[in-house]
Amino acid sequence: MAPDLWTLYPLMLRSRLFEQAIADLWRDGLISGEMHLGTGEEAIIAGVVSQLQDGDAMALDHRGTAALLMRGVDPGLILRELLGRATGLCGGVGGHMHLFSRDHLAASSGIVGASGPAATGFALAAQALRPGTIAIAFFGEGAMNQGMLMESLNLASVWALPVVFVCKDDGWAITTQSASATGGSLSDRAHGFGVPAVEVDGRDVSKVWSAVHSAIERARSGGGPTFLHAQCVHLEGHFMGFQLLRSVRDPLGQVPAIALPLTQSFLRPGGAPLRERVAGLMHVAGVMRATQHDPRQDLANDPVPRVRQALLVDPERLLALEDRIAGELVEIVASALGEVSP
Amino acid sequence: MAKMTMVQALNLALTQEMAEDDRVIVLGEDVGRDGGVFRVTDGLFETYGESRALDTPLGEAGIVGMAIGMAIYGLRPVAEIQFSGFIYQAFHQIEQHAARIRWRSRGRFNVPMVIRAPFAAGVRALEHHSESREAYFAHTPGLKMVIPSGPRNARALLVSAIRDPDPVVFFEPKSIYRAFREEVPEDEEVMEIGKSVIAREGQDLTLISYGAMMRPTLAAADRLTEEDGVQAEVIDLLTLSPLDDTLFTTSVRKTGRAVIVHEAHRSFGPGAEIASRIMERSFWTLEAPIKRVTGYDVVVPFFAREQAYLPDVERVLSAARETLRA
Ligand SMILES: Cc1ncc(C[n+]2csc(CCOP(=O)(O)OP(=O)(O)O)c2C)c(N)n1
Repeated sequence: MAPDLWTLYPLMLRSRLFEQAIADLWRDGLISGEMHLGTGEEAIIAGVVSQLQDGDAMALDHRGTAALLMRGVDPGLILRELLGRATGLCGGVGGHMHLFSRDHLAASSGIVGASGPAATGFALAAQALRPGTIAIAFFGEGAMNQGMLMESLNLASVWALPVVFVCKDDGWAITTQSASATGGSLSDRAHGFGVPAVEVDGRDVSKVWSAVHSAIERARSGGGPTFLHAQCVHLEGHFMGFQLLRSVRDPLGQVPAIALPLTQSFLRPGGAPLRERVAGLMHVAGVMRATQHDPRQDLANDPVPRVRQALLVDPERLLALEDRIAGELVEIVASALGEVSP
Repeated sequence: MAKMTMVQALNLALTQEMAEDDRVIVLGEDVGRDGGVFRVTDGLFETYGESRALDTPLGEAGIVGMAIGMAIYGLRPVAEIQFSGFIYQAFHQIEQHAARIRWRSRGRFNVPMVIRAPFAAGVRALEHHSESREAYFAHTPGLKMVIPSGPRNARALLVSAIRDPDPVVFFEPKSIYRAFREEVPEDEEVMEIGKSVIAREGQDLTLISYGAMMRPTLAAADRLTEEDGVQAEVIDLLTLSPLDDTLFTTSVRKTGRAVIVHEAHRSFGPGAEIASRIMERSFWTLEAPIKRVTGYDVVVPFFAREQAYLPDVERVLSAARETLRA
C-alpha cells in the first residue's frame, strides 16, 4: 500500500500552522513556561497517527500537541489548555506537557521515558479488553537512556504486546548530544530485547508511513512490538527561545545558531489576507533554502515543504487546501483569544 | 565583596570547592558544556574539564546511583537533578542507598555527596517545574535536607554540604535564583548545616519559614509593624533535617504565638512537624493555636492558577492577625 499525500499533508500543515500560532502566543507572553514544539516531527507523527483506528491508544511525551491534533482533538481545547484556561482540554491545570484526551485514548507525560511503560500497559490492556487494537509510544532518543523505557521494551517483547515504539531522534537531549551520551546503536538495543527495529528517515512522511504500516500490521495481528527509529530535526531547537539562548551563550561553538524567524505573526488575527499569509510562509521556506549551515535551516530537514513539493502537481487544489486549513485555524485561534478568560 | 544573584553565589561555591578539592565532581544533565539549564554550573567544564563536570545521559537513577558509588569510593560528587520534579526517577537510589549506607554498614562506609535540585513555584511553569516536596527527604533518616533563602546563605551552605560526610539534598528555590542580589564575600564562608537563623527580631509573634517563602514572610512582618504595631520575630530554618528546633521553640516561648509558612503541601508537610515540636517544647507558653500558611493539597497548578496556590503576604498577614487576636 502507498500513502496518500493529499491526506498526510493537510495533517502536517495544520499541525505546523497551529504550533506556529502557539509559538507566536508564547512570544507574546500569553503562554508561559518552557514550550516544546513538535515542529520538524510532523512527518513522523502524521505517518503514525494517520494509520491509527478507533480504540488505538497513544502515550505521548513532552511534545504531544501534534499527535493529539492529528488524532482529531479539537485545537481550540488544546489552545485553551496552553493558555491556562478552565475551558482547556484538561481545565488549564496541566499545560502543554500534560495533555490528555479520554476520547482518543491519549495520555502525555513530561517525564522523559514515561511513554514507554504507559504504552506497554495500554497494549496489555488492549489485549485483554479490546483485542486488535494497539498502542503507540512516542519519545525522543534521550529517553532511550531511561531505565523504564528499557524495561518496557523487554516486557513488550517477552509478552508479544501490540506496541509500536516510535523514537523521534533529533540527536540532542536539550544541550547534550546523543553521540556523547548514548552508547551503541538504538536499533541494536531493541534487537537485544528481541524487538525488531526499523530505521527510517523521519523527515520523509512516505517512508515513515510505509515503515509504520508494517509495524502496525504486525502489532494488530499479534506479532508483537516494533521499534521505529526515525531521524528528525527540531526546527525550533529544544524549546522556544532556545536557539537564541544558545547563540548568546556559545557564539562560536558547535551550534551555529541564528534563530529561525520562521513564522512570526503568521496567524495573528487581523492583518494580511490568508492567501498572502500562506504565501508568506512559503516565502520563509525560500529564505531558509538559502542558508545551509544550520541543520535547522536546511530545507531538506523540514518535512512540511518537502511533502508539499510533491503536491505542486496540482497547485490549485493545493492552494485551496492550504487556504482552508489556515482559515480554519485563524478562526480557532481568534475565537480562543477573543474569549474573556474564565 | 561582590553583589551576586543566588545562581552566581552557588556557582562561586562550586568553583571554589572544585579548586580546593579535586575529589569534587559535578555531574548531571546539561551541566557540563552548557553550564546547566539555570547556569549554576557555568564555566566549570571550561575550568576543570570534562572529567570533573560530567554531562550525563538523561537518566536520574543512573546519575544518583553512580554518584553514590563515586562517593563511597572516595570522591565528592555533586549531582544536579534538572528540576526537583524529576528526582523521583532517582528516589530509590536516594532512599534505599544514599540514606542508608552509613547505617547499614555501621559506619564502615559513608556517602559524602550532594544532590542539588531547583525546586518550588513562582516561575509560571508546569507542575514538575514548580513543586515543593522537601518533606519526602526531610522524612527520610540518613539524609540532610537544606534549603537556602538568599545568595549569601546559599553559597555558604553549599560549601558545607559539599564538605559534609553524609548525603545532603540541597533544594534551591528557583524563583529567587535571580530575583535579588546580596553581598557575597570572595573569601571562604561556611554556615553550619542544621542551624536556623533569626532573620528579624521581635517579641509578639514568631513567623517560621524557609526558602522563597522568606520574602513574603518578611514582608508580612514589616506590614505587621507598620499597620498593627506588632513586632514579629522571623525564623529562617535553612535546614529542614536535622531540624534546629531549639531556635524556634525558644522564640515561641518568648512570643507565645507561631505561624509557619511554606509552599509545600499542607498535610504531613514540614509545618506539621514544626508545630509538633512547638507543642512538645513550648506548649505551656502558647497563647494561641499555631497556624500554618501552606500550599494546598493539590499538584501545583499551571501558571494561570499558580498564584492562587502560593502563600502570599496577604495570607501570612491574615494568619498572623488571627493568631494575635486569639
Ligand atoms: C525524567 C526527566 N528528566 C529530565 C527532564 C527535563 N527534560 C525535558 S526534555 C529533556 C530532553 C529530552 O530529550 P529527548 O528524549 O531526546 O527528547 P527531545 O526533547 O529531543 O524531543 C529533558 C532532559 C524531564 N522532562 N524528565
